[in-house]
Amino acid sequence: MDRNLQRQVANMRKSLFDQGYLDEQFIQLEDLRDDANPNFVEEIVTLFYTDSAKLIRNIENALENNPSDFERLDDYMQQFKGRSSSIGAKKVKTECSQFREYCKAGNAEGCIRTFQQLKQELATLRRKLETYFEMARQANT
Amino acid sequence: MVMAVEDRAADRPRSSSGELHVLAVDDSLVDRKVIERLLKISSCRVTAVESAGRALQYLGLDGEKRSAVGFDVNLILTDYSMPGMTGYELLKKIKESSTLREIPVVIMSSENIITRIDRCLEEGAEDFLLKPVKLSDVKRLKDFILKGQGEKDDGDKGSCKRMIQHDCVKSSPCDQSSTPLPCQSPPSVQPPLKRCRMLNVD
Repeated sequence: MDRNLQRQVANMRKSLFDQGYLDEQFIQLEDLRDDANPNFVEEIVTLFYTDSAKLIRNIENALENNPSDFERLDDYMQQFKGRSSSIGAKKVKTECSQFREYCKAGNAEGCIRTFQQLKQELATLRRKLETYFEMARQANT
Repeated sequence: MVMAVEDRAADRPRSSSGELHVLAVDDSLVDRKVIERLLKISSCRVTAVESAGRALQYLGLDGEKRSAVGFDVNLILTDYSMPGMTGYELLKKIKESSTLREIPVVIMSSENIITRIDRCLEEGAEDFLLKPVKLSDVKRLKDFILKGQGEKDDGDKGSCKRMIQHDCVKSSPCDQSSTPLPCQSPPSVQPPLKRCRMLNVD
């Protein structure tokens, strides 16, 4: 049991919340772990990436080929926002909401810009969570 | 023949351990997995399906040869927004069925739209949960269903519960951790109490 590593894990976890990457829903997921399902959070997060990859592709294609079909764009984003919400991805969710606002306003440029930001936030979160889960695994072995 | 079917609907069987069997319907894989876990932790048996169509198949309402499988479902928990048939449409189909209409249906949605909530409750939904669904939501639901199973006798109880729920939302601050349902007292007691409070305001 490496106390130093455990402290680092706890600090990293705290900063993920303090810096607004994660919200309460992530804690709800953590509460669903038990001895039989110790990696539940990581499993759900991994599922999120695969489950939402298709949606991301759909949005990308729609922005490229049909950037003024705001109803369709909003529909995709509503689905993606729901999934982000389910894992507690706070910053990603904010970008989703912003994107939907641009859809309502019929602002294609705003949508495209926000979508780039969204993808960046997604990549950042993925990186941070991968580091966090890896550290947590090491601290528990 | 009709009597036999209604009898089966009225005293829906439960496993000998007293576990509730919940049919969860959601097109999102992530949400299905989370709901499944929430329900299992709450000691419920879960059948999770990805669409309203699949749910109807499972319940034996799809026009195909009816299977007995869906007859032990104690609660249907469905997402509202799904491609193809929505949760609302699924709710309507279930409430239109003489064999299945007594199964409580709860709608989940990530969007807090009052007209949507009202529409679902009016169509016979027992409750409407905002996503992401929490463990406390599931616990509250389970307590309500278990209590309702004990007290259930006729269809009037359904409308009584919905009235109490609306009164709760309109008149008094609801303690989210408490169980607002089922009926503790007849709805006619509520209006006089509200009038008295209003008179005392001056």
